[in-house]
This record gives sequence, structure tokens and C-alpha cells, in this order.
Amino acid sequence: MRYETVIGLEVHAQLATQSKLFSESGTAFGEPANTQVDAVCLGLPGVLPVPNGEAVELALRAGLGLGCEIAEVSEWSRKHYFYPDLPKGYQITQFERPYAEGGGLPIEVKGKEKFVQLTRIHMEEDAGKSVHDDIGASGRSLMDYNRAGTPLIEIVTDPDLRSPDEVVAFLKLLRQTLRYIGVCDGNMEQGNFRCDANVSIRPMGEEKLGTRVELKNINSFKFIQSAIEYEVARQSTLLDSGERVIQETRLWDANAKKTKSMRTKEDAHDYRYFPDPDLPLLRLDRDHIEKVRASLPELPHVRRQRYMDMGIPDTDAATLTEEREVADFFETVHQVAGDLKLSVNWVLNEVLRECRDTGISQLKFDARSIGELVKLISDGVISGKIAKELFAELIKTGGSPARWVEERGLAQVSDSSAIEPIIDGLLSEHAGNVAAYRSGKKNILGFFVGQVMKATQGKANPKMVNELLRKKLDG
Amino acid sequence: MTSLDEKAVEHLATLARLKFSQEELKTIRGDLEQILGHVDQLTELNTDAVEPTSHGVALAAKFREDIRGAGLERDIALAEAPENLGEGFCVPKVIDG
Amino acid sequence: MSKMCDIGIGEMTRGLESGAFTSEALIREVLSQVERDQALNIWLELKPSDVLLAEAKTSDERRSEGKALGPLDGVPIGIKDNINVRGLKTQCASKLLEGYRPPFNATVVEKLLAQGAILVGKLNMDEFAMGSSNEYSAYGGVKNPWDLTRVPGGSSGGSAAAVAARHVPGALGTDTGGSIRQPASFCGVVGLKPTYSAVSRYGVVAFASSLDQVGPLARTVADVETLFEALRGEDPLDSTSQELPHSDSAPSKGHLRVGVPEEYFGEGLSDEVRGALEQAKAVWQQFDVEFVPINLPHTHYGIATYYLIATAEASSNLSRFDGIRYGQRASDARTLEEVYEETRGRGFGKEVKRRIMLGTFVLSSGYYDAYYKKAQKVRTLICQDFDKAFETVDAILTPTTPSTAFRAGDNLKDPLSMYLADVCTINCNLAGLPGLSIPCGFDSAGLPIGMQLLGKPFGEATLFELGKRYENATQWTERRPS
Ligand SMILES: [Mg+2]
Ligand SMILES: [Zn+2]
Repeated sequence: MRYETVIGLEVHAQLATQSKLFSESGTAFGEPANTQVDAVCLGLPGVLPVPNGEAVELALRAGLGLGCEIAEVSEWSRKHYFYPDLPKGYQITQFERPYAEGGGLPIEVKGKEKFVQLTRIHMEEDAGKSVHDDIGASGRSLMDYNRAGTPLIEIVTDPDLRSPDEVVAFLKLLRQTLRYIGVCDGNMEQGNFRCDANVSIRPMGEEKLGTRVELKNINSFKFIQSAIEYEVARQSTLLDSGERVIQETRLWDANAKKTKSMRTKEDAHDYRYFPDPDLPLLRLDRDHIEKVRASLPELPHVRRQRYMDMGIPDTDAATLTEEREVADFFETVHQVAGDLKLSVNWVLNEVLRECRDTGISQLKFDARSIGELVKLISDGVISGKIAKELFAELIKTGGSPARWVEERGLAQVSDSSAIEPIIDGLLSEHAGNVAAYRSGKKNILGFFVGQVMKATQGKANPKMVNELLRKKLDG
Repeated sequence: MTSLDEKAVEHLATLARLKFSQEELKTIRGDLEQILGHVDQLTELNTDAVEPTSHGVALAAKFREDIRGAGLERDIALAEAPENLGEGFCVPKVIDG
Repeated sequence: MSKMCDIGIGEMTRGLESGAFTSEALIREVLSQVERDQALNIWLELKPSDVLLAEAKTSDERRSEGKALGPLDGVPIGIKDNINVRGLKTQCASKLLEGYRPPFNATVVEKLLAQGAILVGKLNMDEFAMGSSNEYSAYGGVKNPWDLTRVPGGSSGGSAAAVAARHVPGALGTDTGGSIRQPASFCGVVGLKPTYSAVSRYGVVAFASSLDQVGPLARTVADVETLFEALRGEDPLDSTSQELPHSDSAPSKGHLRVGVPEEYFGEGLSDEVRGALEQAKAVWQQFDVEFVPINLPHTHYGIATYYLIATAEASSNLSRFDGIRYGQRASDARTLEEVYEETRGRGFGKEVKRRIMLGTFVLSSGYYDAYYKKAQKVRTLICQDFDKAFETVDAILTPTTPSTAFRAGDNLKDPLSMYLADVCTINCNLAGLPGLSIPCGFDSAGLPIGMQLLGKPFGEATLFELGKRYENATQWTERRPS
């Protein structure tokens, strides 16, 4: 039978704060176990949570950036379960009244556009983790609470997605968007952007949703793609052979390339949510919401469309808008240089090559200097050769190409009355080569071009030199 | 009258992670039924149009600044742990994370 | 018959200031009183005597240099065992927390230390503050100093008994449904449950977060006021704390109207308590206080409402006690499940487990709306009763307890009867109001009787004014247990 795949996502994104959601310890990654902890995130007796205002601010930016309706009043809730990574025996999250609902992002897969609708976004605290399972084969686990209490937003989509490709396209755009608005660094290896997928299948044309399986904590786009593909195949085989899909949580085993059932006491899953009595309602003032909305940058998909409207090819527009800093850089180059095509080429080729490993903010030169360089080229002031030399210098030290050209007299000579006497002198000096050219050895032209350039220390406009030489030799 | 069967009481004990003997379970079931019997008087009140109250007095939202503080030294954090291995708190093996 | 311990905080401060005695002498007397009264089982831990004496000496030096830190400098104070004091154990009178030493002070403790108070030690209580008799302490109940066969009340029974037995002139307790006022009443001392949010809860082990408040117990209203002034205030570490709004209309003099709610004077109220309150009204009437009958129609729904909300919050708050980061893990637990179930099953006492079970039920799926949500709605009705009453009165007068201290063991068999005894104190917590219990006589068995004044939110000043008018005209606080 042919089936339709139905996928909804729950994405956990870590908010880029210095300190935790409800307490003072740090959020840095990779620190030694239990060195980023405090009494509150360890759930010591007597502690109380106080929300981090910056975390709330970042969450608000995310909500607005993703087009959500922001609740002026929302509520913190407790979600209860016993697990060693959860110090208080409950997680502080939002349940009945999240701070953001609705919204979404437009994706495009194989030329087909689609709007992926969000159900909601809520804020919550992260749990700790068990470091080594089975330390020294002693049958023990070590708990590390560095991560406990780290601020997250959980972004929940409607079951709008129909294929692994759509899932990956959505996640990439979501991650890019969150990075653009400075909410989350999107680092998937460090677990700062991770995804759970609810996957079900149903016979084509069927309205009713099938039984869903939750794929948990997948931390790369490749794994997400593979896990969903595997899961769809597994469920199809089950249904085809007359069996049923069990509602359960499964984990992606990257080595075995399989999803595996995570055995849990299903009957013990009753989270007993209720409003956290340690925390007043979360109130966001309407004026403040509007102020934050006004401060948001242009979103990546909007920017990309604008670039395409300017005439930049689709793939170039995509690359330029991949990161906000690159797009900002490009726009400055273009503004200074004026020449669109040349600006695009220089940023995409030379500049991006230079910052492949470091990131654009680490470069010695700024966008303005590249703009100057591009303008010098497009105005015909310097030759391509000199441009390359100046760029090499920019990489090393940074500086102003326009000033260099002026100070060092690097402007190319495009004045025929200055070049003609040099050519005339050379032609009379090398009469033999002139005769050889005229007898058919046309490639001797290159020799003359080289001599002119040498005589002008590379400043003569090569196009003009060529033209003048041909005129005199052929004429 | 609210009645709780044995199974329901056992389920609550599991949810709350409390170990009881069979005898204790029986007693606690009786206690809960008695208390819930008293609580049933609330059904006399029609509260359809009543908003719930979480705190007796009005509270304004409060935020802290995003400043990283000293936190607890690891030795101090671990000092009261029934079992620790210098770097962390220790528990019998956790299966699946 | 020591004189120094017989005096209150105000007089103690004056004596220290005038040089009539030193803090060191006070502490020596405290130590000998405590030593003498071991049988009362009031203290769970005392600071070592050499440390206490050294602290007292330091205080005396400060004072002699004219650098006393505040009205409490050098004054011995006792702290309930669920309030963190760095260096001392916080066991919440539970086996599960046996030996636990917190790495930080509660904010209220910091505030007392900032004034130079000498924190003598930790006071016995009902386990995790759940109980009304102190019999639920895992370390044995406290005995009532007025009659050793009686309970001191609870859960702050150690705090009330320590003040009544003249061990300390003041103590901190916590009050979730009457846990300061009821033992104050049973032990013949003054106790205040402040307005919810007036005093920080940071560092105080939570029972029911929306109901808990820390408050002072002392022998006079004036001393309770001194302590309250030291404790109150917004705390950046407690989201639910706030500054008392400056009440420009706090009536320090003049006519006051006090409501007397019919619902608190019905059957179940002992004749002697009723009589004592009648006499108290007569005293007050001589000092420009008028009494008017009022109604609080939802009063009797309070207990049901309270036990749903308090146990739900407690079941959640007590989830953290799992034997992983602190506390006593069941030593023979081999699997993770056993760590949880055995640690909690054996570490918690009977009453705590009963309440966790009830609270777990109240929050469990399918029952949440019918029980928890319903209780929060009835809470609204109870609050509205008070709002309406306070439109016409400045305060409300009720008994603190329907009868005087009961005999140990009397209410143990039947948990519900113990809960029902909290009828007069519980609604104050649900509505977040301030409540002050004041001694107002003795019954024929020689046991103290208490009465309760309830105020508007942040109306503590009015309660103190009323309390002082009464206290200045009576001598109850001077009587002491033998
Ligand atoms: Mg989820
Ligand atoms: Zn989540």
C-alpha cells in the first residue's frame, strides 16, 4: 500500500545567555562535570527560582521572529518525573499557558513552497546528564548537573511535514532564523539545537492520523533524515504485514543505522503538571513586545527573496544570506562599490574563502575595504593583477585600498597619449619582431604587451595596450 | 463518596516513588478515602464562573539580571552526596539517556 | 528563677545597652536553661557552647565600642529546623535529612545575623512542617512546658515551647496552615504569620509554596513586631517576596473596628476559649475598639481546600528528596528504582507519606480539575469573603484554636480529626493574610488560651496596634510555666 508520512517536530533550542534560567551558574559547554552548578540548579532544600530576564527577552525575540502570537500573561508549570538528571523531581516549563502560540516559517522543497505552522513555543529548563554509564564496570552512573537549569525554548510544529526533506529544510531555516535574531547559536554537536520528531504514516487519502512514534534527541541533519526514512520504512512494513504500530519513544542508533525502542514504564507517565507556586505569572508588557518586534533584524528568508528580486541568482542569494554577518558584509561592499555583480563575486569567492574556518568577524579587513577594492576595479582604476596584490595585503594587515592606490600611485594608466610614445619607442627598438608579427607570427603580440607593462610597472590598462598595439602593428 | 481501589493506591505509590508494605497500603487507602470523603463537600459549590487563585495576594513578575555568579564549588556541591566519585553524584546504572 | 531569661527582647536590648548584663551572661543562662529542660525535647541541635560564647563576647565588644548592629545584637534567637543556618543541620525533623548541613543561609537568617542576633540552634518540629502536635517529629515530640503530658502544637512546636520555657526570648517558625499561631496559642506566647510575600522564603525548606510564610514567635507583641521588622522585605532570591507598601493609613491611634465572624464561634469551640475571647473584647472596648458581627460564609470549606492545595504543592516540593545529591539514601538500594522507593519509603514518616500520596492523587491525570483546580476556585471564594469583610472592618478576631493543648496521642489515630483542628488558622494562609495569635488567658487546667487577629494584606501594623492595646492592659504574658 502507498502511505503518506506525517511528521510534527519538537525542537529544543538553547537560549544564548551567560547564566541559567533560574539561577546564577554559567552555561558554558565542555566544562568539567559539576563545576557550573549552584544551590538552585541542584535543587538543594530551600532554594527558589528567579527567572533570568535575558532568557525571557531572547525567547520573546524568537517568538516574534517566528511570527507567533505573544501572550501578555503566561504561566510557569512544573512537570514531574523521577530521573537522576532532574534534580528537583520536576522540570519548570510552561504547559497550560505558553508565552507564544501560532506562527511558522515558509519552506521550499524541490520548487514546492509550503508554510510550516507552529503550534506553540514555551520556555523551560534543561536537565543534567549521566556522564559515563557503568563507570569502571561498577554498575554505577555519574551525574553531571552543569546543564541542569540551562534555558531552552521548545518549538512545537503542527503535524504539517510530509517528508524527511521537508523536515530538514524546515530545521535548517529554523536554525538559521534563530541564529539571525541572536537567540541561539544553533550548535548541534553541543546539543544547543536538538530535535524530537513525531512520525506516523497513514494510507494515502486517509484523514485519520496513524499511531505516532516519537524519535528522540537527534542531533544532526543527516541523522534526522536517516532516522525518519528508517522509521517510515519500518512502519510501512508493519502495516503491510497486518501488524500495528505501537505508540512509543524510539532512539536513533547511528552505528546500527536503526531506531531502537526506548523501554519506559508507560504506566508511570503521569507528569502531574500544575502552575509553579514559586513563580508569579509571567507578564510581558504590550509596549515592550512591540519595541522588541521593531528591533528584530530582517529574517533570512525575507532577505534571500529581496536579493533574488535584485537579480542575484537563487543559489548565490542563498549563500549570501546563510549567515547574517555575511549578508551584512555583502550589503556594505555593495553599497560602497556600487557594482552588484562584482560585489557578489568578490564576497562569494575571495571573502568567503578567507573566512571558511574562522568566521567573518575574525578577518583583518572590513566590508568597507572590500567595497573600495571592488569599486577601484569596476571603475577601471586598477588592474586585476594589482587588485589581487592589494587583497593579499588586506588579508595580512587590513587597510584602505583607495588610500594605498593614491599613496603609491597604483592607478592604471588609461590615457592613450601616455601609452602611445612608449609603444612607438618599443616598436622601433624591436623592428625584427615587428616584421615577424607582420609576416604572420601573431603570437608575438604577447611579447609586446609584456614589454609595455614592464615599462609602465604594470600600471598600463592592458585592454588599451592590446588595442593600441594591434592598431599600430596591423595598421 | 470517593473510593480508591488497591490498584489506584499502588499506582500513586509508584508515581510518588514511595515503597509501602501491603499493610501500610491498606491503611493509607483508608486514610485517603476518609480525607477525600471530607473533601467531597466542595462539590456543593458551583464554581463554574469562578477564576482560580494561585496566591492569596497579588504578585508582580520578577526577573534577575543575566549575570554569571560564583555558584557552588564542586567539593561543596558534592559534600552531602550519599555517594560521589569526586567529579559527580553517583547512582546505580542509568539505562538509556 | 533566673531574671534575665524572664525578660523580653525589648528589655534585653535595654539591659545590654545599659550594661546591666552582657550577652555572654545571657548565653550562659540560655545554656543552663536548655540543659535543665532536656526532657522537653525542644532542640534538635545546639551550636557548640564555646562558639556561642565567643559570638556573645564579640557582640559585647561591639556594643561597648558603640557599634551595636541593631536591636537584636547579642540577643539569643532559636531557629526552626526547616530554616537553613550554615554550619548547623537542617533535618526538617526527618530521618531522610539526618545530618544534612546546607551550604547557605536562609535570607531570614542573614537578616538576623546582620543585626547581630545570636542563633542558638535548631528547634524541633513536625517532620517537614506537617502536623499540628509535634508528634510527627522523627526525633520525638516536644513536650508542652505548661503540662508535659500535652502537646505544644505544631508544626513550630519547638519554637513556641522554647519561648514559653524561657530558653530564648524569640524564635523563628513557619506557618503553612497555622503552624506558628496554633503552637503559640498552645504554649501561651505571641506568634505572627506575616502577609504572604512579606518575608522571604529563600533557604526555608518548602512545604506548600503558595501558603508558607516564615514568622516570629516571642512573648510580647512588641517583641514580635521587632522581629518582624528585622525579617520582612523584598528578596531578589525569592520571586514571591515583595516590599510592604508604605501604609499611610496605618492607624496607630484612634478608633478601630474589629469584625467577629460568626462562623468561627460555632459548635466545637470550648466554653473556656469562648469565655476568654468575650473577656478580651471587654478589655479592648475600653481602648476605643469596636466589635461588629461579620460573616465569612465559605469558612468551613477551608480545610478541604487547604488539604488539596497544600498536599499537591507538598508532593511536588518533596520530590527532590531522592537520596542522590543529599540526604540519607537507603543503604541497601541496588537499583535506581530502589534508590528512589526505599529512600523515600523509609526516610519519610507516616504523615509525610500520607500527604505526598494525597497530593499525588490530587494532581494526577483525570483528577486535577476536580480536585486541584476546584480547590483553587474555592480559594477565590474564601479570599472574596475576606475582601468583603475588610471593606468595613480593620481586623478580624477569632479564636486561634477551638480548644487548648490536647494530650499527646489524642489525635494520632485519626488524621482527619487532626486536620479539622486547624479550622481557625487555615483560611488566613489561603487568603495570604497576616495573622497574629495572642495569649488571652488560661483554662481551668492551667493551659494557655490564644486568640487570633487577622488583618488586611500588609495590615501587620494594625494587628500590632490592637495587640499592644490589649497586652498593655493585661498581664498574661508575665505568667510562666513552672
Ligand atoms: Mg516535549
Ligand atoms: Zn521540552
